[in-house]
Amino acid sequence: MRYLPLTEGDRAAMLDVIGAASVDDLFVDIPADLRLSGPIEGVPNHASEIAVDAHMARLAAKNVSAGQVPFFLGAGAYRHHIPASVDHLIQRGEFLTAYTPYQPEIAQGTLQVLFEFQTQVARLFGTDIANASMYDGSTACWEAIQMAGRLTRRSRVVISGGLHAHYVEVARTMARFTKENLAMLAPSLTAQPDDAEVIAAVDDETACVVVQYPDVFGRIPDLAAIAEAAQAKGALLVVVVTEPVALGLLEAPGNLGADIVVGEGQALGVGLQFGGPYLGLFGCREKFVRQMPGRVCGQTVDAAGKRGFVLTLSTREQHIRREKATSNICTNSGLCALAFSIHLTLLGGEGLAGLARVCHAQTRKLVARLTQIEGVSCLNEAFFNEATILLPASARETVRELAEKGVLGGVAATRLYPGNEALENALLVASTELTSDEDIAEFGKALQGVLA
Amino acid sequence: MTRYFTEEHEWIAVEGETGTVGITDYAQGQLGDITFVELPEAGSEVKKADSVSVIDSVKAASDIYAPVSGTVSGVNPALEDEPEMVNSDAEGAGWLFKLTLSDSSELEGLMDADAYKSYVDGL
Amino acid sequence: MNAVNPSGWQPSMGRAGEGGDAPTASGDKGLMLEEPLIFELGVAGNCGVDLPDDPGEPDPALAKFLRNSAPNLPGLSEPETVRHYTRLSRQNYGIDLGPFPLGSCTMKHNPRLNEKVARLPGFADVHPLQPQDTVTGALEVINQLAMLLCKLTGMPGVAMSPKAGAHGELCGILCIRAALEARGDPREVILVPESAHGTNPATAAFAGYKVESIPGTADGRVDLEALKSRLGPDVAGVMITNPNTCGLFERDMKAISDAVHAAGGYVYCDGANFNAIVGKVRPGDLGVDAMHINLHKTFSTPHGGGGPGSGPVVLSEALCPFGPIPYTAKYEDGSIRLIEEEDAATEHPQGFGRMTAFHGQMGMFTRALAYILSHGGDGLKQVAEDAVLNANYVLRSCQDLLASPYGESGPCMHEALFDETGLAEGFSTLDIAKGLIDEGFHPMTVYFPLVVRGAMLVEPTETESKAGLDRFIASLRAVASRAREGQEALHSAPHYAPRRRLDETRAARKPVLVWKEESD
Repeated sequence: MRYLPLTEGDRAAMLDVIGAASVDDLFVDIPADLRLSGPIEGVPNHASEIAVDAHMARLAAKNVSAGQVPFFLGAGAYRHHIPASVDHLIQRGEFLTAYTPYQPEIAQGTLQVLFEFQTQVARLFGTDIANASMYDGSTACWEAIQMAGRLTRRSRVVISGGLHAHYVEVARTMARFTKENLAMLAPSLTAQPDDAEVIAAVDDETACVVVQYPDVFGRIPDLAAIAEAAQAKGALLVVVVTEPVALGLLEAPGNLGADIVVGEGQALGVGLQFGGPYLGLFGCREKFVRQMPGRVCGQTVDAAGKRGFVLTLSTREQHIRREKATSNICTNSGLCALAFSIHLTLLGGEGLAGLARVCHAQTRKLVARLTQIEGVSCLNEAFFNEATILLPASARETVRELAEKGVLGGVAATRLYPGNEALENALLVASTELTSDEDIAEFGKALQGVLA
Repeated sequence: MTRYFTEEHEWIAVEGETGTVGITDYAQGQLGDITFVELPEAGSEVKKADSVSVIDSVKAASDIYAPVSGTVSGVNPALEDEPEMVNSDAEGAGWLFKLTLSDSSELEGLMDADAYKSYVDGL
Repeated sequence: MNAVNPSGWQPSMGRAGEGGDAPTASGDKGLMLEEPLIFELGVAGNCGVDLPDDPGEPDPALAKFLRNSAPNLPGLSEPETVRHYTRLSRQNYGIDLGPFPLGSCTMKHNPRLNEKVARLPGFADVHPLQPQDTVTGALEVINQLAMLLCKLTGMPGVAMSPKAGAHGELCGILCIRAALEARGDPREVILVPESAHGTNPATAAFAGYKVESIPGTADGRVDLEALKSRLGPDVAGVMITNPNTCGLFERDMKAISDAVHAAGGYVYCDGANFNAIVGKVRPGDLGVDAMHINLHKTFSTPHGGGGPGSGPVVLSEALCPFGPIPYTAKYEDGSIRLIEEEDAATEHPQGFGRMTAFHGQMGMFTRALAYILSHGGDGLKQVAEDAVLNANYVLRSCQDLLASPYGESGPCMHEALFDETGLAEGFSTLDIAKGLIDEGFHPMTVYFPLVVRGAMLVEPTETESKAGLDRFIASLRAVASRAREGQEALHSAPHYAPRRRLDETRAARKPVLVWKEESD
């Protein structure tokens, strides 16, 4: 077995030191009648690198990868170009094979990266501070809801109908057990987001309102107005960003009054990966820091006076506070945070703004092309790089037929909201810098064919 | 003014109906460097033995219990910026909060300074 | 004579031992490199990515949402970026550099084949919401891994979507809660041993339960009688780590499970330490109802400096109906489908719902599947045996110098527990850890489990050679001897790492969590 260094001679010598006659003697605490002997039923014997490589390659080849075809999916996961240096750097063994930096003297690499990452996220979101990452956007969103409850000591939560369906589902699952009272607005196909309904739903019992920016249909809520209305009632505004590249162009939520900003960081550096691992981003006001979930890295000095970094404020966390912790999270998304941070370092602020302009421009071209087709229109008054297209036919069916023609033509709204007949003909489409003019032309032609 | 002590290492100094609460010098020594003190809200009502405050050191968080029942009438504002005052002067400037006592008979179950000293010596 | 060496270059050895501590102009010392923050290096206008031509002004409809100026984020060219992160990487210790014997963490070698296959475009460049017909290979990966995890644990079902161990715990506890509510018997309390990982009580509380602690016995195991006496109609279940955090197998596990079941509760097993028993005993045979498997421990997906992880949860027959969506289902014709909200009402009506966007940590599934297929059943059994052998070897090789609180409780499993008893006055576990850093090793887990004062938990894993272990043992023994003798210099260790001991009090009192111009 290529991964196991002990030889039979080593094993015998070690057993001798231990004073055991055989390795079985080390397992005596497992009741004999339950101990397995012989091969494990249903598990094959070991395989060579050649064989495993071939097996995995065969499975991979069964999938249609985004790079093979014109591709327009978004809805919470976005396909951007990842500079080659990002993947090279995250595979440095010192990053890849390190643990959580519990021994800071020999983990300054990871810790400085986390400090830089936190600063980048805070600046991108317009928040005072940020943590060192959560699992993904959907779990970060739930953590933000819980944190708002602790801060306000209230339990009612107003959730915009523009929040990604999966994020709503995660909140619904958890609230069933933790007894938050969720006021969930229904998704609806209007040109404007549901700001007015959200504002009307806030009352004196509301802990927070949760709004996605841009929302799941690509519409852009007026965060300043919602923040003002929420805060007037003593509620917090939680803003969810699923496409961080949007913040290259759009004003940062924190600058518009958001109290907590969470997001999915996958779009920068991480890649699609069929849904995971992704990267939960979490930023908030500095005065909330003691209620923030997750690990956080802070600056300090060492015994010789040199600047250094440590994990800090750990009394909030499960390994110290146990059942009174702000969250149960332990392992987070460290390596994805590194990838995000490297990508953002390569881009810089101007680069991110430029990238955002390109994504937006390609989406305008896409929307212009698709709405040339008879019976096809665009829902949104404004959009960044994702918009909702209204078709004269079922979007689910259309997506399937497009796939047969070799085009991955977006996400049908009913994939996210099954059974919602009002959304039946709505198709979410997204473009990025990887979307070529030829891709758009092919999509237009294929859609025309499907709808004809 | 009379000072009483609890087995959880809080002290309360009582003057009339008002008690000032803190942790003992022995307790701060056990906690090590104190990094943050979470104080109760002024105006909140607390019952004897309720957890009303948390003191953080780098690697531990310790609950502070109300020595007697009452209403929180004030908290030590200096601790927000200088939690280390609990280390340097636990039984003086490092006090935590003040209580208006609701049942002064509860004081009877607490220790005086001598009794607390022998209690600590026995630990 | 003609000049034969016009350059004047002649070898010189200098004189050893002179000027070794002198400061340098750069602050670097040879290959010991300092590195500024990107905010001190870069400026917002720089960019290491060539973008397409600027397409011009955005849609006027967007005007009222636009930011006034680009985000204040420094940019670096590619060479500067590569250098920044490469220099930082050299301030890190990783399993690629040497043993990383963190107890409870299972820091084993990360096979590079797994990295390669996870990056195949057919896995890495696939969107989670593509039509299912276009992702049959991805669904097959999830299904194959799920089947193998079931076989290895002797359990009938597995929830694949949890993102890490603690998320898996949450999944298991929510299954228990849903099962109890379904039978109209909601209960309030989860019992957790004193020695448990902090995530266990935190998870139970996160799921809305009251947490009660159960004591251990003098030999480091769960006190079965104490547990039995606490069971009753208010107890929803127990969370037991097996092998436990003291490195011991819970001999009474079956009896614990039987007692909990008899009282109407469920058994959650924290599977963080599965590496010790994979292929040796199946948790399903021990009466476990739910157990998370840290793919980033037992099945070697890289820790990445703190994540990502992946925490699939195997479930008993009793809990399977309550597991989360999505999951993959294999049909008689061999096809595999993803069951999401759309089909949940018909296929999985009692499921507790969704706990994350999309389908779980696909990038970890590909790696873990490659790992399991590489080892096979025979190799995994050898993994457990070698992991346990290595830990016992460390235990018995150091026991004369470092106290082992449960050293007489039988063989340890995959980790050896020591404590600070017997060190010189004023010397502690912390000094041992920092001394090991100077020896070139990553320290063991320290001060955990909480029930042992000054605990040191050493988990060598099976991927250490005997020669490597002997070097580690020699260093651990040397450091332990210095601590027993009370050598002052140990108090200020590490001396040779990129940083000396860091001021954690200062960091926590006045947190500086983001860089500001004036923060230096």
